[in-house]
Amino acid sequence: MSDLILQTIVNAVYAASYMSLIAVGLVLIFGVMGVINFAHGELYMAGAYVVVALYAESGMPFLVAVVLGLVFVGLLGLLMEISLFRPLRDNPLGGLIASIGFLLILQTTAVLGFGVRMAHIPPPTQEKIELLNGVVLTHQRLLVIIASVALLSLLYLFLHRTKYGWAMRACAQDREAAALQGISLSQVSRLAMFIGAGLAGVAGALTAPLVSPTPYMGHSVIVTAFIIIIVGGIGQLEGAIVAAILYAFVHTFVTTFFDGVIADITGLLLMLMVLVIKPTGLFGAKDRV
Amino acid sequence: MSRGKVNPWLWVAGIVLLATLIALPFGLSFSQREVAVLLVINVLLVSSYRLMTLTGEWSLGHVVIMGVGAYASALFSKRLGVPVPISMLLGAVTAGAVAALLSFPLFRMKGFYFLIGSFAAGEVIRLIWKYFTNPFGGPKGLKLIPGFPDIGPISFFEPLPYYYLCLIVVGMSLFFLYRIERSRIGLTFHAIHWQDKLAESVGVNTFSYRMLAFVLASTFAGLCGALYVHYIGTINPNRFDVEEMVFVLIWAIVGGTATFYGPILGVVVLTVINEVILRALGFDTARPMIYGFILIASVLFLPNGLESLVPKLQAWRTSRRTAPEGTPASEEKA
Repeated sequence: MSDLILQTIVNAVYAASYMSLIAVGLVLIFGVMGVINFAHGELYMAGAYVVVALYAESGMPFLVAVVLGLVFVGLLGLLMEISLFRPLRDNPLGGLIASIGFLLILQTTAVLGFGVRMAHIPPPTQEKIELLNGVVLTHQRLLVIIASVALLSLLYLFLHRTKYGWAMRACAQDREAAALQGISLSQVSRLAMFIGAGLAGVAGALTAPLVSPTPYMGHSVIVTAFIIIIVGGIGQLEGAIVAAILYAFVHTFVTTFFDGVIADITGLLLMLMVLVIKPTGLFGAKDRV
Repeated sequence: MSRGKVNPWLWVAGIVLLATLIALPFGLSFSQREVAVLLVINVLLVSSYRLMTLTGEWSLGHVVIMGVGAYASALFSKRLGVPVPISMLLGAVTAGAVAALLSFPLFRMKGFYFLIGSFAAGEVIRLIWKYFTNPFGGPKGLKLIPGFPDIGPISFFEPLPYYYLCLIVVGMSLFFLYRIERSRIGLTFHAIHWQDKLAESVGVNTFSYRMLAFVLASTFAGLCGALYVHYIGTINPNRFDVEEMVFVLIWAIVGGTATFYGPILGVVVLTVINEVILRALGFDTARPMIYGFILIASVLFLPNGLESLVPKLQAWRTSRRTAPEGTPASEEKA
């Protein structure tokens, strides 16, 4: 029994790590630009398909494919910012609809390019660590955990130690005040879109061998990401990470000991509870209702 | 022009529209008739959604509420043997009752939080359908749901009679929705949208009016679900997932929600483009992509929706008429 619990904890840590990458990207985009990026799940999917194309079909090294996945999806984000979100800056609902349009385009591109069936990716490594008797952590999952921690630490340093990071946080707090200080909103938005999309892409690329990508895999991811950013408080990066860990643990444990549908219901009820009791999220500011 | 007098051209336009709607299915193929039935139902769905948005709240649970009506009507008729026309009404009432229950947690939130909250509540309902095989049928849903009973020789199994049935039900519902919006209640909804604190300060109970808008909209959405389920004959939880909801949102936004006809314009134009034109051109797998481009183009170039074209068109016609003849075209605005 204790083995099972330990194994579930290991699984939850893995789930928490890639979910926080996705959720932090979404929060960054929402915080800086005020737009809900509905296509975020499809950016994750695009990252996974970069690995399908470069690693599984062309035989590049896995890690190179992952880095290229980050860059490629980051550029997709840049494209979204320049072509959609900038012209629609004063129209958040329009931005939402435009991102749905982009979602359909990405999904169809994946269908046309790779077909609707699950893509098979040979695992880059079969090795695994046996932590205790029977408790297993594969290298692939360990890689996801390490990469997530490293990327999120880098992001933290970037946001707190560099000029651009300060500018970005200033925009998240108050865009107009930031613009009055001479911060270029367009530049910061481009940066936020690149980083936010890139994080979703790298999450997709890293987990691709573990999940078997399909063009429609973004759907469940975006639902999860929404739950996480609500529980953590919209626009709160630290909140998103804590909420991702909380959600991953709750969801993984309920899935293991009950079943998947109950776990989904629990997650949604958790979010509803947070919305009813403290609508700004666990880490949200008080006055933004 | 006095308020009571109606522009005769409006009468002509109305009669032409009605004649077109009645004659329409005869010019269509069988599968297009089926699309027409669903389109008529969707017109009511998106119009009822607009009633909800009058108070300024955008819900992401409207399609699930439609599903509540569909499931309730299907279960009433299939399990309890209630005659279908009555079970349809019961389905609509059930949807309204569920909405009334949901308003207590949901209307503690506003704006974006309400959007996400309504989405979560909807997903919970949908997962309940998925989880409980009895009575909801689990992930596979319900099958062999009784259809609308025959009246004499008319079988409602065919799309043509069902189209007319939907036309009558939806027409009456739209009239009802229109009257609600033009009534004192509708004005209060507008007041809550634009100035909720001010409305409260003059004694409007904003919670109960928000709830009223939500319950009324949900009742009609439930009716849509009932009309849908007794035509299709089978439902499953995935039919009411968030992607379907996104379509309703898109119809409303592409059409524009400032006027009563905006969302209707949106659903009709987009359905015709998606189901008729793109299908005829033979793009099958690429259809969602083209749809995506249309969406992006419409929010970029028509930010106030298709409805914003109507006054422009009127102004253009007026200016064309006044310029050569020099007479004010006052009859254009009735």
